[in-house]
Amino acid sequence: MNVISAAVIDLKQLELLAQGQTTVHGHDARVKVLVTLFFIVSVVSYNRYEISGLLPFIFFPVTMVYRANLPIPYLARKMLLICPLVLLIGIFNPLFDRSTLWQLGSLEISGGCISLLSLLIRSLLTIGAALILVATTGFTTICQALERLGIPDVFTVQLLFLHRYIFVLVEEAERASRARELRSCGSKGRGIASVGSLIGHLLLRTWQRAERIHTAMLSRGFTGQFHGHRQAHFGRSDLIFLVGWSATFLLMRTIDPAALLGRFITGYFP
Amino acid sequence: MSHHIVEVKNLRHVYPDGTVALSNVSFRITHGESVAIIGANGAGKSTLLQHLNGCIAATAGEIAIGHTPLTRGTLPHIRRTVGMVFQYPDDQLFMPTVFEDVAFGPLNQGLPDDMVAERVREALEQVGAAHLSAKPPYHLSGGEKKRVAIATVLAMSPDVLVMDEPTSGLDPTARRQLITLLRRFQHTKIFTSHDLDMVLDLCPRTIVLHEGTIMADGATGDIFADDRLLEACRLEKPFVMQGCPVCGMKGK
Repeated sequence: MNVISAAVIDLKQLELLAQGQTTVHGHDARVKVLVTLFFIVSVVSYNRYEISGLLPFIFFPVTMVYRANLPIPYLARKMLLICPLVLLIGIFNPLFDRSTLWQLGSLEISGGCISLLSLLIRSLLTIGAALILVATTGFTTICQALERLGIPDVFTVQLLFLHRYIFVLVEEAERASRARELRSCGSKGRGIASVGSLIGHLLLRTWQRAERIHTAMLSRGFTGQFHGHRQAHFGRSDLIFLVGWSATFLLMRTIDPAALLGRFITGYFP
Repeated sequence: MSHHIVEVKNLRHVYPDGTVALSNVSFRITHGESVAIIGANGAGKSTLLQHLNGCIAATAGEIAIGHTPLTRGTLPHIRRTVGMVFQYPDDQLFMPTVFEDVAFGPLNQGLPDDMVAERVREALEQVGAAHLSAKPPYHLSGGEKKRVAIATVLAMSPDVLVMDEPTSGLDPTARRQLITLLRRFQHTKIFTSHDLDMVLDLCPRTIVLHEGTIMADGATGDIFADDRLLEACRLEKPFVMQGCPVCGMKGK
């Protein structure tokens, strides 16, 4: 299958997951946005060498995946995609930061390696939480929730258009790339010259299509605001979800359960 | 005053590259009429349709819907009155589910939620797509997309229904179902199409466009009987009027 088609199907899969009917899906979108935000802030607030403090935070994505019945292999694939980028950012840490931070017998582990590992864990946790949010809420509903939380229309509408036009761009790219492939007869299809022209045409075609979509929206009374039909029902379960998870993150951030467990074990088995 | 009258006077449209798409186009379509606008590729059909609800601004000339002149100030009212179904349903369906897509117009009209839900249900039932309500639009077949696209417009209760190539890209059964559906609508209807058999089926009146000007405006039967006119405008008779190439039986 064409790589681009696979990417489109993958993107659509994320939106389809948001149609689920579990209790996590049923929570008010604003609550899920806020909990995810607290989670991300808690995770990124640790210092660069922190590892043990981050590990208990895995509890949140694991619980959400289980309760929302999300496919683990799909989410894992998505999270792994981000790894090369994180490694690229942190690859020089072990080279520049060579001070020994841990010593296991004769093995010395430098501060750079620890900070790289910490960066990787933090990225996987935050990307995972964001993916879970989209997979249990849907992009449009998230934008509507942001609007209700007081984010100006101009930002949320831009996000919605961006999301919509990603599909438009990718679908156009898929068709153009297939047409090029079919006439390349297995070769590189005249190399970069044809690719350059294809990208130029792609931009123009996407532009035209985006204009047609915008015209269709205007024809149906669009004036720059998306009116959500789904009513926000902020109920008791939403309050428990919000307070429960926020308190858990605060607790994890302040008492460091991993270190506590370590002290407990070493206390009993000195 | 009827909201269903469409009046176009001396309409002219020139694209920024200098191409004259429409020149001196005038017609009046009255309440409940079903009118086809036909012509070869590039004749100006789609450009003309897009003027009818202000998607494109005229270079010169006047348009009035139900005696209300189309101006920047009357645009919201005109867009409520004229429901436009575009040629490619993919351009028209942009929300995550069919329900939300059909609800988009009524929500923009500021209707309360229970009325929106009622309008969506009615519109989807009218086009036989109630069972598709929860589906994402990109998972529908071509025929289903077309029907949902029509429902998105019907949900806004327009007085005038404007459709660009309604039967293009449909299989024969979906095409037949759509024609049956369109015949049931009591709105003032304006179609552009290359499907001349559909035009013969649905539209008692036809306007022929050629290179941006009106070449003929009259009864559909008379226009399709005029061989010289059709040839000059790069058109052919509908298949049903052409006769059978195998048995030699004459067309209707």
